Amino acid sequence: MHELGIMTGVMDSARTAAEGAGAQRLLGVTLSVGEMTEAIEDALQFAFEALCEGDPFFEGATLTVNMIAPKSRCLECGCEFAHDRFHMFCPACDSFATQLIAGRELQIDSIEVDLPDDEEQR
Amino acid sequence: MAKHIDMKQPILDKNDAIASELRARFAEAGVFVLDLLASPGSGKTSTILATIDALRDEFNIAVIEGDIASSVDAEKIKAQGTAAVQINTGGACHLESAMIRRAVDVLDLDRLDLIIIENVGNLVCPTDFDLGENAKVMILSVPEGHDKPLKYPGVFQVSDAVILNKADTMPVFDFDEEEFVSSVKQLNPRVPIFKISATKGDGVDAWTAWLADRIRAAQL
Repeated sequence: MHELGIMTGVMDSARTAAEGAGAQRLLGVTLSVGEMTEAIEDALQFAFEALCEGDPFFEGATLTVNMIAPKSRCLECGCEFAHDRFHMFCPACDSFATQLIAGRELQIDSIEVDLPDDEEQR
Repeated sequence: MAKHIDMKQPILDKNDAIASELRARFAEAGVFVLDLLASPGSGKTSTILATIDALRDEFNIAVIEGDIASSVDAEKIKAQGTAAVQINTGGACHLESAMIRRAVDVLDLDRLDLIIIENVGNLVCPTDFDLGENAKVMILSVPEGHDKPLKYPGVFQVSDAVILNKADTMPVFDFDEEEFVSSVKQLNPRVPIFKISATKGDGVDAWTAWLADRIRAAQL
């Protein structure tokens, strides 16, 4: 969709969290992205690299994207099942009353930062 | 020294926070908000005009028009005597909740029963953005083809109702209705599908009856 806009938000949040922890540099960001969202992994990587370039705080940082496969729960029989983007029927009882429980994530899981060593500070 | 920091923070948290705030304001004022998604040229504005026509005697309605540029659509709505606010996204492919908040600030929520948001014509980007709406409804028009659910599953999946517009042109475009309904139901098994011809008025009754039920429920 507009991965650059999304990634700009990610970088803002990552910078705030990293600076809050007293970091000098961001080393990596890990995201969870559901396959049912319209965000594409390649485009996220591209936007990440573009945004890191020329910014000493982000230079050399890596992006890890965990793509989350869709999963639903049947509201009739309680069965939980994995599925593709196109088929949401319950495979156990063929019910169409199902609810998506995974696959729409857009989350920053964690960041890796470089903290100043105690010795260096002395 | 490398350090791992857990965040578990939604990427769209800023958008989601404003959407939640809007949702609370809408509920407080008893306003039902509809986010309308579709491709360019599918008949969003015609559908809105037909919807207003059917519901204006019972409900006070306003329209928020999202377009990349121009106020052509807002002018059409205003010409029919309905309040319309134009948002120009200036190239952005979808509306975000902060834009809706600015538009809502110029509307008198207490006097309104229904706000229709006409999102930017696009089947991809608007699907992931919460605007504080009560329902997302998508319009597909017959000339776009019956295979669209297979190409744009996301929008069919998040929609609370699907409107199939320009239904009168089905024979001309070789539109396989059975195939269409079956692929929509695979993606979103409980979604109602309304077949309409917005400019001719066919089928608009069933769609507006569905909507009117939800507007009344929001007023309770």
